[in-house]
Amino acid sequence: MGKYLVMIYDDEAKWAADDGSVMEQNHKNHQAFVEANPSAVRGGGQLDGSTTATSIRADGNGGYVVTDGVFAETKEVMGGYYIIEAADLDEALAIAKQVPSPMGGVEVRPLVNGG
Amino acid sequence: MTEWAAVLAATARVAADLDLAEDCVQDAYAKALVHWREQGVPRRPGAWLTTVATRRALEHRRRADVVRRKLPLLIPDEDVVDETFPDDRLRLVFTCCHPALSQEAQIALTLRLVCGLSSAEIAKAFLVKEATMQARITRAKQKISRTGIPYRIPRLTDLPERIDAVLDVVHLVYTAGYQRGIELARMIRLLLPGSSEAAGLLALLLLTEARRPAQVGGQLVLMEDQNRSLWDQALIAEALELVPGAVRPAGRFGLMAAIAAVHAEAARWEDTDWAEILGLYDVLLERWPSPVVALNRVVALSYVAGPEVALQQVPDDPALATYPYLASTRGELLWRCGRVDEARAAYEEALAFTSNPVEAAFLEKRIQ
Repeated sequence: MGKYLVMIYDDEAKWAADDGSVMEQNHKNHQAFVEANPSAVRGGGQLDGSTTATSIRADGNGGYVVTDGVFAETKEVMGGYYIIEAADLDEALAIAKQVPSPMGGVEVRPLVNGG
Repeated sequence: MTEWAAVLAATARVAADLDLAEDCVQDAYAKALVHWREQGVPRRPGAWLTTVATRRALEHRRRADVVRRKLPLLIPDEDVVDETFPDDRLRLVFTCCHPALSQEAQIALTLRLVCGLSSAEIAKAFLVKEATMQARITRAKQKISRTGIPYRIPRLTDLPERIDAVLDVVHLVYTAGYQRGIELARMIRLLLPGSSEAAGLLALLLLTEARRPAQVGGQLVLMEDQNRSLWDQALIAEALELVPGAVRPAGRFGLMAAIAAVHAEAARWEDTDWAEILGLYDVLLERWPSPVVALNRVVALSYVAGPEVALQQVPDDPALATYPYLASTRGELLWRCGRVDEARAAYEEALAFTSNPVEAAFLEKRIQ
């Protein structure tokens, strides 16, 4: 068994264009996903929009540079995540395929040493 | 090759680590050189090699368990024997061709682990430095162990998609110039007797290979001008036996094999059953649309409905804009319509796009 982080990547512009109906359905779908995979889902959450992000980098002199915004600018940004437990990558991918992501997709990464 | 793959596949299951398995198998082959010279070749050399390699892998694991190795292990299948797929080699093939690996990595791993080629040999074929190829293979193996790509046959729901990925790799191995692609396709066909696409790919490669002797001295010879007595009839016979099973149900490779089979069955170019070929291209294009298939279909159409009709349907796809075969096909059709000047211009355009000297020589001849 190993743990995997499933990152949900969304195109925020598409969410901005939603009248709320996709969002509402999406919440229901996430509930259904968690209920359908009780033994696999170990945690998860929805992130607030990328405009709320703050990035911190070490300045190399023992201090920090704090800036407004996400770490790397991309069209799709991380909007939520799950930690799942699975026997192997095939099982993890089978679960990750069920994660609702109507405005993008998901990325799956193993946690080192099984988390 | 099939022996190397079988020995490695069985050892990998015991070793639960591809690198360790490879070391043990190489070691077993080295031992065999000495042992067999002194004591004679055993009755079942493959079994002998597997026993020696797996024993060594077990010894190593016992020692490694003592130092509590932290490296993640390959995740083997729980069931001891899978009734449907008893052969270990299949696990190896599916692991090498896992979709979580880039296709580049899938091909390199398959050549290294299934075919037993050295990194140097693979590097040469892909025109990269040996160190680059070595790094690519190492990265791929690390991805397998670190992400937990399982060493097993995919579950039933994933199987069709995973078989497609394997067949794509085998096809690419062949088109990269590896005759081993045929051996691989033969092996996959034996391991997956129920897959019509595995039969289709093998038939397609056999038919392609059968025509190679007619490509005199590496020259591009159009099928129209090929000396058909040079075609390898044994390979054709083997392929033709596969085709009926390959088109039920008809997959991509099955249809391509069926098209190649129609050509193979024509004793002369004039005897080609173009209506049949056109029908097969229609199905192929409908289910797997691609500009290249559309272009090939137009050629078949030109022999059924005439070059004028075909000319109207030459695909106008930006993806093909710099594809020399598009311009040369247009040239061919224009020539047959008697529009000589336009034909020459099209051939010149094709010549500008080709980087293949064999093709260039062919086009220059056409222009004259």
